[in-house]
Parts: sequence; C-alpha cells; structure tokens
Amino acid sequence: MILLWLLIVTVAGAIAVWVLGWWSTTASRWATLVTLLADCVLLLALWAPQWTAQQPPPGGQWIAEFDWPWIGPLGVRFHLAADGLSLLLLALTVFLGIAAVSASWTEIQARVGAFHLCLLLTLAGIMGVFTALDLFLFYFFWELMLVPMYFLIAVWGHENRVRAAIKFFLFTQGGSLLMFVAILALYFVHGRNTGVYSFDYRQWVQAEPAGTIGWWLMLGFFVSFAVKLPVVGLHTWLPDAHTEAPTGGSVVLAGLLLKTGAYGLLRFALPLFPAASAEIAWPAMILGVTGILYGAFLAFAQPDAKRLVAYTSVSHLGFVLLGIYAGTNLALQGAIVILLAHGLSTGGLFIVVGALQERLHTRQLDELGGLWSSMPRMGGVALFLALASLGLPGLANFVGEFLVLTGTFAVSPALAAIGAVGFVLSSVYSLWLVYRVFQGPQRQGVAALDLGAREMVVFSLIIAAILWLGVYPQPVLNTARPLVESLVDSAARAEGEPSAQSQTVSFKAPAAADRLAQSDL
Amino acid sequence: MTLTDLYQILPLAVLAAGAIAGMLGIAARRSHIGTFVLTLCTLVLALIALRIPWRAGDEYVTTLIRFDGYAIFFMGLLFAAAIAVTVMAYGYMRGRDTVREEFYVLILTAMLGCAVLVSSTHFISFFVGLELLTVSLYVLIAYNRSRQTDVEAGIKYFIPAATSSAFLLFGMALVYAQTGTMALSDLAGLVAARWQQGSLVAFIGLGMILVGIGFKLALIPFHFWAADVYEGAPAPVTALIATASKGAIFALLLRYFGALRVEMANPFFSVFTVVAVATMLVGNLLALLQADVKRLLAYSSIAHMGYLLVAFLAGGRLAVTAVAFYLLAYFITTLGAFGVIAALSGKERDFSGIQDYRGLVLQHPVLATMFAATLFSLAGIPLTAGFLGKFYALLAGVRSSLWLLVFVLVASSVIGLFYYLRVIIALYQPVSSAAEESGAVRPLALVPSGSLIGGIVLAVLLLALIWVGVYPGPVIHFIEYTVAR
Repeated sequence: MILLWLLIVTVAGAIAVWVLGWWSTTASRWATLVTLLADCVLLLALWAPQWTAQQPPPGGQWIAEFDWPWIGPLGVRFHLAADGLSLLLLALTVFLGIAAVSASWTEIQARVGAFHLCLLLTLAGIMGVFTALDLFLFYFFWELMLVPMYFLIAVWGHENRVRAAIKFFLFTQGGSLLMFVAILALYFVHGRNTGVYSFDYRQWVQAEPAGTIGWWLMLGFFVSFAVKLPVVGLHTWLPDAHTEAPTGGSVVLAGLLLKTGAYGLLRFALPLFPAASAEIAWPAMILGVTGILYGAFLAFAQPDAKRLVAYTSVSHLGFVLLGIYAGTNLALQGAIVILLAHGLSTGGLFIVVGALQERLHTRQLDELGGLWSSMPRMGGVALFLALASLGLPGLANFVGEFLVLTGTFAVSPALAAIGAVGFVLSSVYSLWLVYRVFQGPQRQGVAALDLGAREMVVFSLIIAAILWLGVYPQPVLNTARPLVESLVDSAARAEGEPSAQSQTVSFKAPAAADRLAQSDL
Repeated sequence: MTLTDLYQILPLAVLAAGAIAGMLGIAARRSHIGTFVLTLCTLVLALIALRIPWRAGDEYVTTLIRFDGYAIFFMGLLFAAAIAVTVMAYGYMRGRDTVREEFYVLILTAMLGCAVLVSSTHFISFFVGLELLTVSLYVLIAYNRSRQTDVEAGIKYFIPAATSSAFLLFGMALVYAQTGTMALSDLAGLVAARWQQGSLVAFIGLGMILVGIGFKLALIPFHFWAADVYEGAPAPVTALIATASKGAIFALLLRYFGALRVEMANPFFSVFTVVAVATMLVGNLLALLQADVKRLLAYSSIAHMGYLLVAFLAGGRLAVTAVAFYLLAYFITTLGAFGVIAALSGKERDFSGIQDYRGLVLQHPVLATMFAATLFSLAGIPLTAGFLGKFYALLAGVRSSLWLLVFVLVASSVIGLFYYLRVIIALYQPVSSAAEESGAVRPLALVPSGSLIGGIVLAVLLLALIWVGVYPGPVIHFIEYTVAR
C-alpha cells in the first residue's frame, strides 16, 4: 500500500505544483520539495522495520507489495512490489529529485510550474519502473517516464535541445518497443504452457522458455535495457541528451534514467532468462569492458565540460554491465553499489557544471580556468566529486568498482585486468576536468559568485552520502543481498540443468578467452 | 420484408427520415441552427434506436442486411463519431457566408451509407452503402466552393473513388459469374472453393474488389488522393473521411474477408502482407516530409490503416476484438485532433501549417494540450487510447507469429514518433520574437471557430482518450461481448 501512496503523492504533488506555478514560482519550488520530502517519509516508513528486524522478511525478498486487478480481460494487474534493490533505487530517486529541484532553483525561470510538473512526473514514472512487478505495468511506466523527460529536455534545455530530445526519445522508444514485442510473445508462451494468461512476474520467473525462442526474447529485453544503460554502440543518444538537458534534467537522466536499464537487467533479463543470459554473458562482459575504456577515452577528448561528464557515465556503467554479467556474488553487489555511487557522484558533477554555466554562461573548457581563487568552495566540491568519480579508496565508487573487478576476476582475470585500466583513465579525465576549470591561468574576467547556502546544503548531503557508502557500505550490501543471492542461485540452477555437458562448455569458455586475451596482451 | 423487419431497421430509417426532413426544412426556410439541431437529434435518436436490433439479437433483415453485435457496435461508434463531426462542423460553418444547411444533410446521408456498409451481407447493400457514402463525400469535400483547394480536392477524390467503384462493380460481377450468388452467407466457401480449384475469374474478381477497398482505405499503392483531399477538404469533412469512411470500410473488409476466409490463404495472404508492410512504411516515411499538419495526418492515417491490417491478418476472434478496439481508439484520437484543427481554423484557410502551431501553448493552452494528447495517442504512448490500440495490434500479430509484420510495425512506429514529436515540440516552442513584437501573438486569444458545445465535445473526447488508455477493462469486455459474441 505504501508503494501506491508513493506514486499517488508524487503525481498529486506534480499537479499541485503545476497549479501553484501559475500563482507563485517560489511556492511551486517549495511544494516540489515538500512532495519529495513526503516521499522520503514514506520510504522511511517502509525501510525502518528492516533495520530492526533480525530475520529476513517473511515474504521472501519482497518487503512491500500492492496488487490490484487492472485490465481483467487481458490478465493485467496493477502489481507493485519492492525488494532491497527497489528500495535502494527509490531512495536514490527521492534524493536526486531533491538535488535536481535545488539545482534548478535559480536556473529555471520560465514556466516554473510546468517544469516541476514534468520533473515530478518523471520521478513518478521512475518509481513505477522500480516497483512494477507486472510486465505490462512495467512497460507502461517505462514508456511513461520518457514523455515528461522529453519535455524537460526539449523545452528547458540548451541550444540544440529539440534535436537531442527527439534523438533521446527515438532511441529509447525503438529499444523499448522490441522489449514490448518480447513481453507479448512471453505472454503467449507462458499462457500456452500454463493456461493462465497473465503478465505476472512471479509466474514468468518460474519457467524460462526453452530453446532459441527464449534466446530471442531475452535479446528483446537486453536491447531495450542496453539502450538505456547505455551499452557502447547504443549510447549515441546519451551525450546529446545529457548535454542539452537543463541541470535538473541531467541529474535525473544520469542519476536515475540510466539506472532503470541496469535495474531492468537485474530484475527481468537475468531472472526471466537465466540460461539465455548465461549464453550472452561473454559478449556482454566484453561490451562492458569496451564501454569502460571507450567512455573514458571520449570523456577525455571533450571540449565541453558537460559532455565530458556525460561520457564518464558510459564508462561507469560499463562497470555495471561487466558486474551484472560476471554474475558472481561480489560482482553483482559491486554493480549495485556503483548504481548508487554513480548517481551521487555524476549527479553532483552535473550540478557543478550547471552552476558554472549559470554563472559564467559557458561550458567550454578552453574558456574556463583558474576559478579556484574566486570560487574556492565550488572548487573543493568539484575536486571531491572528481576524486569520487575516479575511484579514490574510501569513497563510494571505489567500493563498487573494486567489488566488480574482484568478482570478475573469479570469472575472467583478463577482463578484470583490462577493466582495471579504467581506473587510470578515469583519473586522467577527472583530474583533467578539475585542472582545466579550477586551476591554471584565469581566463574569465568576471569574478563569479561562489556556492551559496542552498547549494552547499545539497552538496554536503551528496558528499556525506558518498563518504558513507565509501566507508561503511555494509547496510547497502545487506539490503541488496536477497536479490543477489537469488540471482546467483538461478544462474547456478540454469547452469546445472542442462547436465554436465554445458558445464564443461562454460568452464572451457573462460579458459579459451583467457588464452586469447593473453596472446593479445 | 415484413413489419418487424421495418421495425428492426429503425436506426437506418431514422437517419433517412432525418435527411429528408432536413432537405424539406431547407426548402421551407433556411436556418443554420435549426438544421444543426435536427441533425444532432437525428443522430442521437439513431443511436438510441440501436437498442431495438440489440434486443432482438442477431438478426437478418432480408438477405441484404444483418444486425448482429458486430454491426451494432460499429454503427454506435460511427454515429457517435458523426455527432462529434456535426458539432465540430457547427463551430466551423458558423463564421462562413456560404450556404451551410446542406452540409448537415450530407453528413446524415453519408452516415446512412456507413451504417448500411457495416451491416451489409450482400454485394448489393455493399455497393449501395458505399455509393451513398462516397457521393455525399464528393459534395462535402468541395463544399467551400470559393476556395480553390477545396474544389481541387473534390475532383481529386472524385476520380479515384469513381474508378475504384468501377473496379468494385466489375469484381463483384466476376465473382457473381462464378458463383451465381451475391449473398455473403452463400458466398462463404463457394468463392474460396472456386479459386482454389483454379478459377482465375474468381481470383481476379476478388482481387478487383480488394483494389476497390484499397482505394477507399488509401492503402499503398492506392493512396495518392489522400494527402490532397485531407489538405483541401474542410477540417470536419477530413475528420469524417479519416474516421467514419475508413472505419466503416474496414469493418466491412473484416466482415467479408473474415467470412470468405481468403486472407489466410496464399496468394491473398502474401498480397495483404506486402500491402500492409508498404502501407506502414511508406505512410510513415512520407509523413516525415510534410509541412502541413493535415497532410501529415493524412499519411499518419495511412500508416494506421497498415497497423490495422496487421491485426486483421492475425485472424480469429482476437483479430476482431483488436480491430474493433483499434478503431475505437483511432476514432477518439483522430476526432480529437481534427476537432482542435477545426476549432482553430479561420475563415480564409484551415489552421494547418506547422508554423501555425508554433507556440500554440501560449495562446490556447487547453487546445494545445489536447492536441499534444491526441498526437501522443497517435504515436501510441501510454496513458492514451492509442497505446492500447497499438498494444492490441501487436498482441494479435504476436499471437499469430506474424513476425515480419510485427517488426515492421515496431520500426515504422519509431519513424512515426519522429514526426509526431516534431509537431508536439512546435506547440511548446516559443514564438519567434518578430511575431511577438508585431502583436500577432495574443495570449489566450479567442478560438476562431469555437463553440461551447464544441468545447464540451472536445472535453469528452479527451476524457475518453485518457479513460480508454488508463482503464480499458470495461471497454474490452463490451467489445468482446458485442463484436465477437
């Protein structure tokens, strides 16, 4: 029930904020904050019992649930449920929502009510994605979050906003329609097998469609999530959309929308198709490593600060893809930690770049420089976020990336070794960003305003969260554990089922790949 | 024909009587509002009169017409659409100085034709219904004689439509020559048997009937007339062509070819597949090039007929439900879109250049939002009726494993999204500063062709658009109960 309230509060808040916007822009901003704080309270009410409880919840991994028949004749149910992963991502959603409102406080001056309407609706769609357990409902939210996001980019964005917004919409829509076809096919496959036509996740998890059909359907899901994540090759919408979006939009895009892709892989692609997923684990991991290196190289080459930060996302989410398909306990936990860490650090960097642009009206690195003397506070914050982003031990990203690499090492030492190069490259682009903007000769004539109290509050929260995740990630790992264990179990079962034959294959594959990689090195 | 038969066809009789009364009324005294009210009452009465055949159950009235759940559902849909078009036309015609009253009479005769089409079970009623509809449309399209585009559009519709009628008649004659009957109940089986035995004549006959239908639905490659006619015709008439005319003919196609079961057998299945693929792709690709919203919607509606063909080709009960649901969603959406265009159209020309729509949200926030909602629905985005329509088309296609058609549908709807988004973003873009300075942009300007009742109808359409998109359960139940019972 709380999950439903979470959606209702957000949507109702969105409408209220819009109406208030006609009257007073400040009221609209505050109302958005109040809505998100109300969401926060709801989440705490959901989460608090987990801290005190000694045993795992009675309902297995699911902490909260809401189920209601929606479209009877088709077997569609309004089924929401949250487990640890959902909770973590919901918390991130609310947190980054607040950060986005704060980042837009002075930046957005036109149609403020409508802006916050779109922002809250995007968040509501994302919350729906993170909790939907009926595949039709999931797709519904999956599409729904695109529309307000599209408006955020196209109406309040920068110079090339229309092009970027349309590109963003077309890419994601193309991917998700393929997933939709896969969902419909799965509906008939399961319906014919069991006689019950429904889109219920729990029923679908129990039996994977055998043979090539399962493989093709898995591919439909994978492509859709890969566009969102984004996987190298399908990522070209990302730099444009992130760069052209207003700061608040970039925060939501990088911090949350990309996470829906990873969430989809963890929640749907792997559990629904354990065997078929194991088949593409190798290509997916190689794509992940490619993404780590490719994103980092391109980030370094960008003359535009915002584009630079955008490309770092490709690199960081490469680690996530690597971790998810490495499939070991550690790697999966690492991937989940990266989801949170990347949301915080990259979201923070986008806010820094947005604040710079608001003050100096440029994002070009060669027009910036030497800002530390006039903005020491912003410089400090940026340096901290850059260090987090490059994976400094003791900060959040390090924990995640380290776990992923350790977990991957068990499967393929070679890929782990190549992935580790990403650490070096991320140091290069992160420090490059700080160096170009805050150090060196001063290029801007005007003395710019340093961070104000409102911005400092948000940044301190982000920094505190990054530190907490970096030093004491155990609560997060505990929360995600049931899901991770069930994933590892189902993968093991899928591997065990087709008898020893497939096991030998799966043992051979890494060895062969190792030799290949070694000969390359 | 007995007295009970006459009682049964009361919905048709009401329409005919309304049309005659309208004509007599005009002869006595011209009154715009009078004719409008009469038309509206006629349509509402016809809608209510549908209860009579509904109560009687599945019933043939002579061999020409059959009032089953299928016919009644589509008649209800068409009459409701006609009500919306009539109301739209009231605001649209009010400011014009041509004769206005005949417009409504022609809407009634066109609806009579549509009603005969969806209940037809005989080639004779098929043809009579079609001609009633088409001849009414000839006049309606060229109604604004003073505008050159309208006359041009009228002729552009007239020539292909007349040609297609010739094709249709010849096809019917050939089929008749082979089977000796024109009643659908007798034809079922006979025709298929004939051409499967290798009768070229029956095959060509069926093919020619298909060509005739293809013209009316503007399927590729019989689509040339669509864009010019959509652009030139008055906006309410365009709405009528896009919804009632196409919907009725598609319902007829489904009934005839569903009964004859030829669409499942080669070579018809292959032909249909090729036509559907071409219609989806070419419709969407040509729409990309348009700078005029009415032309864009013309190509978009061509593409939507292609999507419908996917559902149609899936076959079986699900196909019937899918087509009915799709048409319902498509009707709501299209009427909403043309309702906005009609309301915004001035005296000189219709409001249809994309540049007209730039910054519309500042002048008419409600209409702009409504228009955006209809475009999202055409694009098949959730929360709108169009999403569930597309869902149904895909569902039917996937169930019958029509993978080629399903993937073309997916690909072409991504292409389609591009031009819908282009119009949507124009609505929300700031107007150029030059126009702002010259005072061409007035916030909250008056709606040129608006009327109170038109506003109510638009509001109802918007509600229906969202209701069908959010909570379609009852609608699906109703469709399964009526259409597929």
